[in-house]
Amino acid sequence: MAFNPLAIIGRSTMAALRQVGHLARFTWTALRHTFTPPFYPRLLLEQFMRIGFYSLPVVGMTAVFTGAALALQIYIGGARFNAEQIVPNIVVLGITRELGPVIASLMVAGRVAAAIAAEIGTMRVTEQIDALSTLSTNPFKYLVAPRLIAAVIALPLLVLIADTIGVMGGYLVSTYGLGFNSAVYLQNTAEFLELGDVTSGLYKAAVFGFIISLMGCYQGFNSKGGAEGVGRATTNAVVAASILILAANYLMTSLLFSGGATPL
Amino acid sequence: MTENAKIHIKNAHKSFGKNHVLNGLDLSVKDGKSLVVIGGSGTGKSVMLKCILGLLTPERGSILVDGEETVGMGEQGRDTIMRKFGMLFQGGALFDSLSVWENVAFGLTQTKRATRKDAHDIAIDNLRKVGLAPEVGKLYPSELSGGMQKRVGLARAIATQPEIIFFDEPTTGLDPIMADIINELIVERVKDLGATALSITHDMASARKIADDIAMIHKGQIIWRGPAGEIDHTGNPMVDQFINGRAEGPIQMEVLKA
Repeated sequence: MAFNPLAIIGRSTMAALRQVGHLARFTWTALRHTFTPPFYPRLLLEQFMRIGFYSLPVVGMTAVFTGAALALQIYIGGARFNAEQIVPNIVVLGITRELGPVIASLMVAGRVAAAIAAEIGTMRVTEQIDALSTLSTNPFKYLVAPRLIAAVIALPLLVLIADTIGVMGGYLVSTYGLGFNSAVYLQNTAEFLELGDVTSGLYKAAVFGFIISLMGCYQGFNSKGGAEGVGRATTNAVVAASILILAANYLMTSLLFSGGATPL
Repeated sequence: MTENAKIHIKNAHKSFGKNHVLNGLDLSVKDGKSLVVIGGSGTGKSVMLKCILGLLTPERGSILVDGEETVGMGEQGRDTIMRKFGMLFQGGALFDSLSVWENVAFGLTQTKRATRKDAHDIAIDNLRKVGLAPEVGKLYPSELSGGMQKRVGLARAIATQPEIIFFDEPTTGLDPIMADIINELIVERVKDLGATALSITHDMASARKIADDIAMIHKGQIIWRGPAGEIDHTGNPMVDQFINGRAEGPIQMEVLKA
């Protein structure tokens, strides 16, 4: 009838559940095919280069500016209770535990999830995915598995680099702009840092890498309706990957937090 | 009918939401024959092909390939069955990240039926069979014209020497001369392989050229079937309307009249 709020709630709940179920099935199929042969090492290497190596400039630039801005903010905050000297400690903690993994992954999500969704989406609407099947090639093994594995390996490595460059950004601003002594800054950074700070960030990065690849592949696989559909898939992949990264980040932080700073 | 049928579809139903695309479709293709299914857009032609290939699963009915049930088949069995098939896609569906020869050799290298070196030679040989020079092998699909892409698609479909080849609108988007060249290549290559062919098209010139038998599909059912030579004397008003391309007749397109 004209306006039935119950029906609207029901319909959207059903639609949401359908989506979740659809995604869960896709994820299960993808995982199953990722761990069963045949494997495609050449494609894996190619994807690793695309996802990992070519993301280095973006991740590096983002990290250096984030680290620099973070140092400034902490300096301002610290000055309010005469604790300016805390800058190196908080910068390294903030970068390794939180900002390194999250910012790097969000940037990679924008680059890679979009690229994957566009490429696989185009393959879908031009029937290239169907063509794979008719040529005795499983599209999950050929397209999805190499991208999933490559992202799960590449992201922690990228984050490790982002951590280093981010701390460097903070260091540069602090020593050249804020009058910190270079040796003292580095010593404070090194002494304060625990292994668990870095590893917890790397665990996160691996999960974020999985999310990025999965969203790109899922949206690409399910795109339909020509160029417009591929465009929609690309947008959806980036939006979904970003939101899921932030949600997973909170979830993992709270899990790692309750377990203290020790590695799992 | 059932004996020596390469493909046998019985009472297949497939719908998307409320849209019933296949409504109890029955069709069989005899071994070594060429069947062309004609019908308008949205009558279920493509869905029928995708159901046979296992890209879509019908809700009801059965599809036998060489007498073996393929609906609900496991991945292993499907893998074996798929090796019998080759398909020429409407838009070519060439992999644009691979060169032309790698496209043609794809089925061979993927199933490890040939080394990369042998696969290259077989690919070049198949390109020659569809009238393309060996140099074309080094190009990428985006560098080819529509007609050339179709030919490469054909070369890829026959490279694995399949027992069954599907042609999805093989002449759509080509000029009449190129369409005729493709038709002749199809007839030649299918005869050469001794393969069973199933094509879908709405191009009557193409259908007359490549078919042994013609079947007409309408609203997800076969409404007529017979030898290609009898298509002009079916006495079926729907077939008549279709092959003569008349807007007026028993088939009503869902078009809003102004």
